[in-house]
Amino acid sequence: MNKKRKLNSNQLIFHLMVWIPLLFIIIFNYIPMITGFSVAFKDYKPGFGIIDSPWVGLKHFQKIFSTADTIRALRNTLIIAVMKIIANLIIPVVFALLLNEVRIKWFKRFTQTITYLPYFLSWIILAGILTNILKTDGGLVNRFIEALGFEPIFFLGSNDTFRGTLVVTDVWKNFGYNTIVYLAALTGIDPTLYEAAAIDGAGRWKQTIHVTLPGISMFIVLMTILSVGNVLNAGFDQVFNLYNVSVYETGDIIDTLVYRLGIQQQQYSFSTAVGLFKSVVSLILIAGSNYCADKFAGYRVF
Amino acid sequence: MKEYKTTGRIIFNIFNYTFITLVLLLCLFPLIHILALSFSSSAYTDANLVTLWPKGFTLAAYKYVIQNVKFWQSFGVTLKRLAFGVPINLILTILAAYPLSKEESAFRGRKYYMGMFLFVMIFNAGLVPNYLLIKDLKLMDTIWALVLPTGINVFNIVLMMNFFRGIPKEIEESALVDGARQHVILFRLFIPLAKPSIATITLFSFMSHWNAWMDGRIYMNNMENYPLQTYLQNVLESSDQVMLNTVNLQSLIDQMAVSGQNLRAAQLFVSIIPLLMIYPFLQKYFTTGLVMGSVKG
Repeated sequence: MNKKRKLNSNQLIFHLMVWIPLLFIIIFNYIPMITGFSVAFKDYKPGFGIIDSPWVGLKHFQKIFSTADTIRALRNTLIIAVMKIIANLIIPVVFALLLNEVRIKWFKRFTQTITYLPYFLSWIILAGILTNILKTDGGLVNRFIEALGFEPIFFLGSNDTFRGTLVVTDVWKNFGYNTIVYLAALTGIDPTLYEAAAIDGAGRWKQTIHVTLPGISMFIVLMTILSVGNVLNAGFDQVFNLYNVSVYETGDIIDTLVYRLGIQQQQYSFSTAVGLFKSVVSLILIAGSNYCADKFAGYRVF
Repeated sequence: MKEYKTTGRIIFNIFNYTFITLVLLLCLFPLIHILALSFSSSAYTDANLVTLWPKGFTLAAYKYVIQNVKFWQSFGVTLKRLAFGVPINLILTILAAYPLSKEESAFRGRKYYMGMFLFVMIFNAGLVPNYLLIKDLKLMDTIWALVLPTGINVFNIVLMMNFFRGIPKEIEESALVDGARQHVILFRLFIPLAKPSIATITLFSFMSHWNAWMDGRIYMNNMENYPLQTYLQNVLESSDQVMLNTVNLQSLIDQMAVSGQNLRAAQLFVSIIPLLMIYPFLQKYFTTGLVMGSVKG
């Protein structure tokens, strides 16, 4: 009897504890979801308020697929995100493999320290640095290119190079940090496997192909599957701070469009609809990719 | 592992070390360049003569930063944001993570609560509904708009939860036998034991508040309320002339000591310094945090 009462009072304490943070997400996450769903199906006018604005059904969602800007943003988002996913997968793996071959401890640690650094800087800071070193008239990079005898490149101002610049700078910011997972996986490989392979006459290259890569393939598959949930995330912070009107054609993504429509042009309902469309598709993709990660790699995120 | 000093291995090593060194330079050059710009006088920066070493060494740009009221105002907003935001993050994370770290049998309803938290992680209402909420709550232009919506980070909760689960069950059981209530167990036993992961989450929280800019941009109408990153974005977007007009140091402009370039560089660099100071900790705890978070929950 006494034991049961205590159990109940402890249960009560748990409920009380969890409700404090829960209230926060109800107010700041769930309520916006509800208002979001209604705003997207209404013609929201700030003067009317959400409740009194008229319902318009799917009008704004139909507009998504009949407006050139949104279609362009969708296309750009997919292209940029897929390019980034591929680059952010291959380069960290290769770099982790190369770094794993380094036997001088301090050099390895120094390399990690330096390559992680850009990860911790905001895109505001990095955009400030990048716009400076990538500018056409005398930016550090273009000075180098001109010294080699080539024409300067319009990295951030031309539709030919903007996406490439986004991908390269994104890799530059994140590759060091992304190698952590693979380096951890590499240290987890059983050293006796290498010894066995060496006894069988496998050289370093063969060992890499037959021991190292299979040893981390699980992680590679897993990271690939999980990154699918990100195909509609082309990186708002980065694009917003690097793009300009002249590269909207190749660089305007869903998130930047939502910002301009919603905050600058105050087309609240249309902007909400575009954002909601993105969130719903992302949700389906994340749920699907996590299901696949569980099924094929035996990994449960949640 | 044995090293075989074959010719192939030596060639590979030379290639490998050279390549990694090049990558390192690629990571460092942009930062060094900005640092060099900030110490150079405008005559050289405007002629694009500065590469990795300051030319016409001057502290004029830093004098400007020190006397720039707007810079320090936004720095103050960021400090205020950290002072409120980080403790709020920590308290909410622990309060959510502790009960959620229990088994369903010990905490009935756990899985529903967990579901509610996890759903927030993968579904976002979007920009406009959040903006309308802050507006309706009359939080625009207040510090609360910056620290309350960011109060919960589900990733941190999962991290903390996994850490609590790693604490031996016997500790809790013996305390329960002694008649301790759960809040006592949390504050007297679990929190002291969880210090390393609390440190990790403190750093995560510090980082995200330090680097946040978007909420400042949309929730603050008055520039006085901009946090540092939002202010910096404004500086980077504005033209040289606009920025120079805000300089009170007319004498410096007359001497051609400052220009858009070195002013921007100096402000960028000053705002990186706090991060560089805690960088050794960041590196250590972020790595362990990442490993901890990937432990199955």
